[in-house]
Amino acid sequence: MKIGVPREVWPGECRVAASPANVKRLQKLGFSVQVETGAGLAASFDDDSYRNVGAQIVDGAAAIWEQSDIVIKVRAPMPHPDLGTHEADLLREGGTLISFIWPGQEEELVQKLASRKATVLAMDCVPRITRAQKLDALSSMANIAGYRAVLEAAHHFGSFFTGQMTAAGKVPPARVLVVGAGVAGLSAIGAARGLGAIVRAFDTRPVVEEQVQSMGAEFLTIEMEEDGAGSGGYAKQMSQAFIDAEHALFEEQAGEIDIIITTAVIPGKPAPLLITEQAVKNMKPGSVIVDLAAERGGNTAGAVADQVVQSHGVTIIGYTDLPSRMARVSSELYGNNICHLLDDMGGAEEYRVDEDDEVVRGTLVLRDGEMKWPAQVKELPEEQMKAKGADPSDFVAKAAAEKKDHGPWMLLLIGLALIAVGWSGDSGFLHQVSVFVLSCFIGYQVVWNVSASLHTPLMSVTNAISGIIIVGGMLQMGGSLEEPATVLGVIAVLFATINITGGFLVTQRMLKMFQG
Amino acid sequence: MIPYGAILSSYLVAAVLFILSLGGLSHQKTSRRGNLYGMIGMALAVGATALLILGKVQFPEGLAENLRGILLDDPTTATVFAAAIGIGALTGSILAARVAMTSMPEMVAILHSFVGLAAVLVGISTYLGSGILVPEGGELVHNIEIYLAVFIGAITFTGSVLAFLKLRGSVSGKPITLPGRHLLNLLMVVACVYLSIGFVTAEGHTAVQPLLWMTLIACVIGFHMVAAIGGADMPVVVSMLNSYSGWAAAAAGFMLKNDLLIVTGALVGSSGAILSYIMCRAMNRSFISVILGGFGTDGGGGGGTAAARDHGEVTTFDVDEAVEALREASEIIIVPGYGMAVAQAQHSLSQMVDFLKEKGKTVRFGIHPVAGRLPGHMNVLLAEANVDYNIVLEMDEINDDFAATDLVLVIGANDIVNPDALEDPTSPIAGMPVLEVWKSETVVVMKRSMGTGYAGVQNPLFFKDNSRMLFGDAKEVVDQLMTGLRSH
Repeated sequence: MKIGVPREVWPGECRVAASPANVKRLQKLGFSVQVETGAGLAASFDDDSYRNVGAQIVDGAAAIWEQSDIVIKVRAPMPHPDLGTHEADLLREGGTLISFIWPGQEEELVQKLASRKATVLAMDCVPRITRAQKLDALSSMANIAGYRAVLEAAHHFGSFFTGQMTAAGKVPPARVLVVGAGVAGLSAIGAARGLGAIVRAFDTRPVVEEQVQSMGAEFLTIEMEEDGAGSGGYAKQMSQAFIDAEHALFEEQAGEIDIIITTAVIPGKPAPLLITEQAVKNMKPGSVIVDLAAERGGNTAGAVADQVVQSHGVTIIGYTDLPSRMARVSSELYGNNICHLLDDMGGAEEYRVDEDDEVVRGTLVLRDGEMKWPAQVKELPEEQMKAKGADPSDFVAKAAAEKKDHGPWMLLLIGLALIAVGWSGDSGFLHQVSVFVLSCFIGYQVVWNVSASLHTPLMSVTNAISGIIIVGGMLQMGGSLEEPATVLGVIAVLFATINITGGFLVTQRMLKMFQG
Repeated sequence: MIPYGAILSSYLVAAVLFILSLGGLSHQKTSRRGNLYGMIGMALAVGATALLILGKVQFPEGLAENLRGILLDDPTTATVFAAAIGIGALTGSILAARVAMTSMPEMVAILHSFVGLAAVLVGISTYLGSGILVPEGGELVHNIEIYLAVFIGAITFTGSVLAFLKLRGSVSGKPITLPGRHLLNLLMVVACVYLSIGFVTAEGHTAVQPLLWMTLIACVIGFHMVAAIGGADMPVVVSMLNSYSGWAAAAAGFMLKNDLLIVTGALVGSSGAILSYIMCRAMNRSFISVILGGFGTDGGGGGGTAAARDHGEVTTFDVDEAVEALREASEIIIVPGYGMAVAQAQHSLSQMVDFLKEKGKTVRFGIHPVAGRLPGHMNVLLAEANVDYNIVLEMDEINDDFAATDLVLVIGANDIVNPDALEDPTSPIAGMPVLEVWKSETVVVMKRSMGTGYAGVQNPLFFKDNSRMLFGDAKEVVDQLMTGLRSH
């Protein structure tokens, strides 16, 4: 099978979908690879470096698109500036395209591709599960963007990052605030720490606190009970009260912060405004803000996509092409992501678009022109999610929820049974049944709270108290020992006593150990 | 003379104390107080009943006639009663003081059987005796109650006895699956229902024979049911029997018109049921499939192919290499399994953990809910060996940390660390949540041999590039590791 790597035509795009190292890997998977002339030049891979690993260099975009079974790209197809046709129209009928697509925003493009009977896999739709991490291109790019954001900030910042004591005087270290501790945010924290800055970070999802701290940053919190963790490890939109509190926090922090890096994006929504005009004003002149969400409207008041602007003496950087500014490494990693995807799909030999494969299914946008997006999202077990530190109480809560599913039926059944009993007119029995049912509910409520490490003591203590059957034995001892009923009662008392003393004492022994 | 109402309110207080007792177990700090509540509740209940049958209680008008039958007025009976309590308490104390923590599963199982037995005896005794006067027209309901109490009690009794023998190793842990065993069980249940018709309709207390036959059949059912369940499902079986012993007590409460028994039985019953549910979930199996048994023998075609798959070679470690790995690692997680319990390696392990922690390493334990043969079994063993419970974490708490771990030490565990559960949908254990140890830098697996776990499936973990096998008895190997660590 032939894979084609055309040159990116987006103005200023430096990345390429496969580096020479990636080409080698693709060949190992059994594909033959052809690369458009000059495709990797901007990422510092010249044609010879591709030739050296055995790729075929083809002149002209039209030929590449026409001759390849699978076209791999970085940017979504767009009108080709040299040819005057849309890239989607260059794709051969029934061909396959792997690229960033953004099918949610680009309906027109998807329709165009559908009319070509194309099969399209969107690298931006890779499901966020453990198994798919190695092909998660968004994460690879975010990682690079976060790193680069710090370097851009450093470039515009008129001072050191690390504090210095020089003979000429003391320079305090830069203070960096990272807003949003996703992949990009964490990478920015790491880079800023590496340069010697003091780093603080904020995120609406309390679960990331540990990760932030593990990177050496201080985690800022808002005193408010609201968890911003949405599905798939992404953040969700917060309440107005929470947003106000956020604004206040940033305005207060702005005074002592030199550099702010914002990375807050909510899937499918415009980026939330976090750094208000007031916060910008509060910053010292010469401070720098890098807004990674500028493309989606920006987290910062006054940020302009792709531009560096000055506002109240503060430099606001709104570059949207940060990964492209480090084209060599971002091409390499993006290419790796694609290699992993094609490997998962069976390589060239057993290549197949397997819709039973969760990862492929999630990534698939079109199959032979037929719309496949969005895939039915299967609720994934918490531990598989990429977001770490899932709330342990979920274990119980979820289990309880599962049980509740049977709740209505159980209740109906119990209710019917109770009514039937009431019908029979034996009020004494009805009383006993109510006691029984209520006790079951109490037991149910109480036992769910028992810590898992105490399950063995729980068993032995319930064991001991089920020795209460001794009362039954004792009530049978009204007769003389010649009556079998009495004898049986005595034996029952004997065994129940063993049970009670044994159960309680052994529990005591165990619990003593837990406290030792 | 004590008013009758005082007895009833003591029962109420006892019931509340039992609830508090279970509530106390929600945390280690309050757990001992919980146990104390249980003891006080039990003392109160037994004391009040003793006063009642010793005639120290002023019966209310109208009830006096009804309650006369329970008075313990025969002096010989009284002596024997006191002796039974004395002997029982002594035996219980000795058992509790002597039992090794590794044998807790057996202990719990045999105690369950006593409750079952007591329920059977009380049931039959109630039928034969005259202690409880049944109101006009309540004969039918009362007979049904007796029948049920004896039925559940008998199943609990023999089921627990067999579970005890299996856990002790006196009987092979392998599931014994008779051909057509489901049909057999069904036939026995049908027989019990058939016998019940004659029993409950009998006038006066004359139908002793159907009752005894049913007891016998129920005993066989209990035995047969547990026989078909394999060793790895034992945590479920033990919690299920725990639940049954509660239901048996509750049924006895109905039979004796005693609310305290009903409350307590229901508490224990629901507690056991929840435990069984948690255990089943930890193995990703339905309760029904566990009860129907036979797991590990008929893994199905999928399992067969999975086992036949070519896994490649395992890489082994000798003790010195393992010592070296331990010395180099700074983040260590230990995953214990049943093998640790069998080898009684917890004390040596605890020493090693202390030593490693002194060297500034982070050492933690990752516990799978079904590790061992009893819910929470590993926690008890580690607590016995004085391991700080703050470093003993549950699966959900620790699973995300494996990727950042240098070394994982798997000690006598197999199925709970099997990557096939997540990766191979045809595997018999597919979908079971497991500890994802393979994500760490290096995994050292201590095992006696290359044998499979209870699920009978091969474990691809052993063949992974970052896995090293360290064969030998867990305790001996840990001791050798300790010597190695010290000698440098």
